[in-house]
Amino acid sequence: MPKITYITHDNKNHTIEVQNGLSVMEGAVQNDIPGIDADCGGGMACATCHIYIKDEWFDKLPAKEDGEEDMLDMAYEPKKNSRLSCQIIVSDELDGLIVNIPSKQG
Amino acid sequence: MNKTDALIIGAGPTGLFTAHQLKLIGLDCEIVDNLDKIGGQCIELYPDKPIYDIPAVPECTGEELTNNLINQLKPFDIKFHLNERVDEIKKENDNWFVKTNNGSEFLTPNVIIAGGVGSFEPRKFPVKECENYENKSLFYSVKNKKIFEGKTVSIFGGGDSALDWAVELSNNSTVNLIHRRDDFRGAQATVDKVMSLAKDGKINLFTKYQMASIKGNNELESIDIKNDDKEIKTLKTDYVLGFFGLIMQLGPIANWGLNINKKTVEVDTEKFETNQKGIYAVGDICNYPGKLKLILSGFHEGALAARACFKLARPNEKYRFEFTTSSKTIKDRLGVKGD
Repeated sequence: MPKITYITHDNKNHTIEVQNGLSVMEGAVQNDIPGIDADCGGGMACATCHIYIKDEWFDKLPAKEDGEEDMLDMAYEPKKNSRLSCQIIVSDELDGLIVNIPSKQG
Repeated sequence: MNKTDALIIGAGPTGLFTAHQLKLIGLDCEIVDNLDKIGGQCIELYPDKPIYDIPAVPECTGEELTNNLINQLKPFDIKFHLNERVDEIKKENDNWFVKTNNGSEFLTPNVIIAGGVGSFEPRKFPVKECENYENKSLFYSVKNKKIFEGKTVSIFGGGDSALDWAVELSNNSTVNLIHRRDDFRGAQATVDKVMSLAKDGKINLFTKYQMASIKGNNELESIDIKNDDKEIKTLKTDYVLGFFGLIMQLGPIANWGLNINKKTVEVDTEKFETNQKGIYAVGDICNYPGKLKLILSGFHEGALAARACFKLARPNEKYRFEFTTSSKTIKDRLGVKGD
């Protein structure tokens, strides 16, 4: 299974195996990694699963849909490397992905 | 003071169907919701998104589901208190005394929390010092547009609220519109209007910028905005408006003495009652072993909580289970003819 590293705001690394087909958000929520609220449950409707992607990974991810960029307008401190973790589906290509969780979700 | 058999907090699908169940068994209820409209998350977060797992409804949008639930309540007289958030709940003999931020007061033996993930509140600026100016010279909604006349107003956001106010206020104020990217998500016609006003110098447009800091002594004086390359611009401004949509906050529910676990309220699965007698939690906000955050689960939980309310609202009567297909009493309540 692909390994994903979530770095929480306090700089703790959480590396876990996430099943292919789950979203990066689901991987965090199912493994009790703090800092991802996912209020809407993955519907790209709330921007509370906001994460920052490590630079070397950002361009390797499938591009954002328009709706995702719209939601990121509402995220807390969005940056160039911001994504919604509910929109990133885990696959073998993402093995080793590193993401940072912001200090707050809103 | 409003006296009612049950007060429902939250006008989302679960709150609406719980009201239906209460009325069906002959209890009154009133509903409070912090949003300005009925429907909760369905109407605020995904009005146009299709839902596929409502029993016997193969596909419907959040808005259609809400409208159908409102239709189902048509036979009944239910008082809604919108734009109000319940702030305080305290025990008064056998009743709960409930007060909203708007000053409405209720006395009821039963309070049903159907609050989803909490109440919708405006998303705020990440810059902490903004709090010092909030509701004085920094706002997340416009209550009185007259105060902006002849002043400089800096508006943040890329959706319809930000664009509509930029257009409107550009008539009588100096307007800065600041947004984190070049694209706007508002209606195309409004975006076009903003662009043409910007071209004519009526709106000062700053895209790819976000708030960096806010400055002033007692009165707001200026803000710094920065872009992704960390370039900073200072804008003199009298007012700041931020339109970043809404977010759900658990809010005052945390102070009511309930057992709360990860922003949800622990309940039993017989009555969906919390650790406080006469306070129930149903829908996404409740938690018990095996809890599923599905709308259909909220319906079930509301139906059982409603039956539990009967006991406290009518202590001297016995609740008798009846089917809508056959009960004359229920048909009378629904205003439909019996066979």
